[in-house]
Amino acid sequence: MPQAITAVNDFVVKFANVNGSGSASANELFARSILRMGVPVSPRNIFPSNIQGLPTWYEVRVTEKGHLGRRGGVDMMVAMNPQTWAEDVKEIEPGGYLFYDSTKPMPSSMFREDINIIGVPLTAITNATYTDARQRQLFKNIIYVGALSVLLDIDDNEIKKLFGEQFKGKEKLLDSNVKALNLGRDWVKQHVDPEQVKLKVRRADNVGDRIFVEGNNAAALGAVYGGATVCAWYPITPSSSLAEAFQAHCKKLRHDKDSGKAKYAIVQAEDELASIGIVIGAAWNGSRAFTSTSGPGISLMTEFIGLASFAEVPAVIVNVQRGGPSTGMPTRTQQSDLLSCAYASNGDTKHVLLFPEDPKECFDFTADALDLADRLQTPVFVMTDLDIGMNHRLCQPFHWDEQRVIDRGKVMTAADLDAGKTFGRYLDVDGDGIPFRTYPSTHPTKGAYFTRGTTKDEYARYSEEGAVYVRNMERLQKKFGTAAKIAPQPIRYSSPKPTRFGVIYFGSTHPSMVESLEQLEAGGNHVNALRVRSFPFAQSVEDFIHEHDRVFIVEQNRDAQLRTMLMSEFVLDGRKLVPVLHYDGTPITARFITADIEKKLGQLKVVSFEKAAS
Amino acid sequence: MTYIAKPRLHHPSLVKNKAGYTRRDYEGAVSTLCAGCGHDSISAAIIQASYELDVLPHQIAKLSGIGCSSKAPTYFLGASHGFNTVHGRMPSVMTGANLANKNLVYMGVSGDGDSASIGLGQFAHIMRRGVNMTYIVMNNGVYGLTKGQFSATADKGSISKKGVANSDESIDLVSLAILMGATFVGRSFSGDKHQLVPLIKAAMDHKGAAFLDVISPCVAFNNHPGSTKSYDYVREHNEALNRIDFIESRDEITTSYDPGSVTTVQQHDGSLLRLRKLGEEYDPSDKVAAMKRVQEGMQEGEVVTGLLYVNASPKDLHHHLNTVDVPLNTLGDAELCPGGAALDRINASLR
Repeated sequence: MPQAITAVNDFVVKFANVNGSGSASANELFARSILRMGVPVSPRNIFPSNIQGLPTWYEVRVTEKGHLGRRGGVDMMVAMNPQTWAEDVKEIEPGGYLFYDSTKPMPSSMFREDINIIGVPLTAITNATYTDARQRQLFKNIIYVGALSVLLDIDDNEIKKLFGEQFKGKEKLLDSNVKALNLGRDWVKQHVDPEQVKLKVRRADNVGDRIFVEGNNAAALGAVYGGATVCAWYPITPSSSLAEAFQAHCKKLRHDKDSGKAKYAIVQAEDELASIGIVIGAAWNGSRAFTSTSGPGISLMTEFIGLASFAEVPAVIVNVQRGGPSTGMPTRTQQSDLLSCAYASNGDTKHVLLFPEDPKECFDFTADALDLADRLQTPVFVMTDLDIGMNHRLCQPFHWDEQRVIDRGKVMTAADLDAGKTFGRYLDVDGDGIPFRTYPSTHPTKGAYFTRGTTKDEYARYSEEGAVYVRNMERLQKKFGTAAKIAPQPIRYSSPKPTRFGVIYFGSTHPSMVESLEQLEAGGNHVNALRVRSFPFAQSVEDFIHEHDRVFIVEQNRDAQLRTMLMSEFVLDGRKLVPVLHYDGTPITARFITADIEKKLGQLKVVSFEKAAS
Repeated sequence: MTYIAKPRLHHPSLVKNKAGYTRRDYEGAVSTLCAGCGHDSISAAIIQASYELDVLPHQIAKLSGIGCSSKAPTYFLGASHGFNTVHGRMPSVMTGANLANKNLVYMGVSGDGDSASIGLGQFAHIMRRGVNMTYIVMNNGVYGLTKGQFSATADKGSISKKGVANSDESIDLVSLAILMGATFVGRSFSGDKHQLVPLIKAAMDHKGAAFLDVISPCVAFNNHPGSTKSYDYVREHNEALNRIDFIESRDEITTSYDPGSVTTVQQHDGSLLRLRKLGEEYDPSDKVAAMKRVQEGMQEGEVVTGLLYVNASPKDLHHHLNTVDVPLNTLGDAELCPGGAALDRINASLR
């Protein structure tokens, strides 16, 4: 008998499926049922750039402690795809479990000695009950969920409740799903000793009032709450579901009750150039507008981003980052568009970036970005990624301050103009670098101006004079300084003990970083952490770096892009900033961060205080 | 170009239109284009059309791309907001502007390089979306600002100023606009204001995608023998199918016409287009016939002008999107933000 991994509420189950087989909803059902037992889960889709027939995986981390980052390693593999059998079996931890369809006998060479094998004849059970081919395919998935629920001690009443919610008013579907679930449960109860599997789910109370949602859905809702009326987009993985979610939210929340008419306009444009062009046109004309895209789309939008920045037109761009460069890894995650967004376009340009850590911040930051873009009259990027955008993540519930009002920034009205206020479209009247603007058609005789990408003076008159140009560029620099003060500020996580070491990170790295900090602390390595939430960087980021001898910069790209930006924006000696880089397209894990930081501390000949004392 | 600034004061006896503005109120800055440039005549026609239509100057938004033609909006409608966008991408910016405020008059000005070369894709897509606008291409078949390269509308076989023959097929924007679904399509010549001004007025009044291809000779680089976009060539080969009188719905019809000499098109809003026939029978409401006539003209080396196609009941992008009657840019917090209670319900559905 091989050893058996024993764990309660702390293990990883991975499902290996074929995409297009209907497995996604069954796998999500599995994850949700555990969540309903009060045990946090963190599921991740690992999928190809393909619609039908290629391998796809769904990984569920069951984590009572609430570690929502990817763990790495697999305790139980639900191997439903013959195509990937060999690599799936190989991936199981020694002492782990292989759950498979045992309808056809397989040679022992297909298995491993050091893992536990659970065979359930899923195809035989399915074929004995169903004749329709599509039903066979779909219910086979539910049958394995039923089988797993017995093996792992998942409360089947929670699954039935979920069916009830999903198939409300469709009793026939509800009954047939419950029947399939019980087929799997009954077979296992009769033929397998559930104690063979020592991975168990036990009811807990660690979910609280948290919600379970994808970042793209959350960002779309943030755009509704932030007052966006125009959305222009072009389909690109992994951002397409964001625009589609905006459409879905608007259908429910943004139609006039009496007329049924829409208080929004969504255009699926012909390409990303047109998407951002539509956004800029709408924002110039006084509407709040946004687009969602991914890296290759940003490349295409670059010229327009320069125009919006230099002509000072608001725009919100949600970049759901994926693996680059070029077409790269469309269905894998990375944080590799920092430089291409921060400095997009020709000439001296810099742009505002926001870095949400989870769906809650996707909601908050997308709404905030619409305010910031209007306030600063410039493009604002919400830098999410595939890991946050396309996976369900447990996070704090959305909150909206009822006192909050839309901040349209410095807009001069007809009354202002009639009162004789001086209007210079590019004139800084109060020292924050931000001028006043007028919307088209504000006033019959005053306030009109010509918007252009060429150099102009304070009154929007075309000028190629050096002094005029320099004045304008310096004002834009001052405006960027204002942005650093009003964008979301960094959050510090201090070690309980004083330390010379710091770590700076951002975005989707957060759950793994928090877990890693616990691991480092447990190993006697004390580290202070700072989660950067926007660019331009706040002064407190520089202060944090100066406070420590060495600062690890953890990011999900090859070239240490955040580190490059920190070095250049603060004029720092790079030797102090130690890169910790993960960029293979999978989400970064605490295991990786901890191992890499411990290794680098070793290279620096750092001995933990506890070790030195012993 | 001239260096003399225009006087700000108007002569008190200048005639005001029904909106209370004189023709000069629709002017812009002094043109910096070459003396004799066709584009200046088109700017003058836009000023005249806007004045005659009694439209409030600030209720017009003028947008352009990059190039000589795209500089032109500075030289008309000085009291209107303008946006000189990036090369070939004016259509998307105008689409967005239109989405934000459906109540303004949108005037897009572009050139043959801007619309037929770098911007061909956006040109096609704004037509098929039916954005309510007037889109004017000042078409001279040549790149002026970069000094004389062929553009994509230069006819095959036409000769450049340096003596080189164009070997590429030309792109006919009129045919393309009709094919892509524009609902008002005409062609004219910068040197024929009697034809051009009513066409612009009718296009501005049209509640859908209106496109005008205006041949506008480049005196600096494309006005020589061998060019098919020179003043002489266009005058000799201009085949005007009709001449329109645009009559707004509220105007009393005072002109009398000989029976049989006019075709009347009543648009959805009640305005009338009276087309005076100039010879052959031509029905501008027949899309297929319009395509055929334009193509025949190209084969014969004619420059077919006039109102070539009109759909009297156009549907625009806002109609397709079923947007509210007020401009989207006037909606406030109460209309846009669903509030905390709705958010609580959403939270509950995500547990």
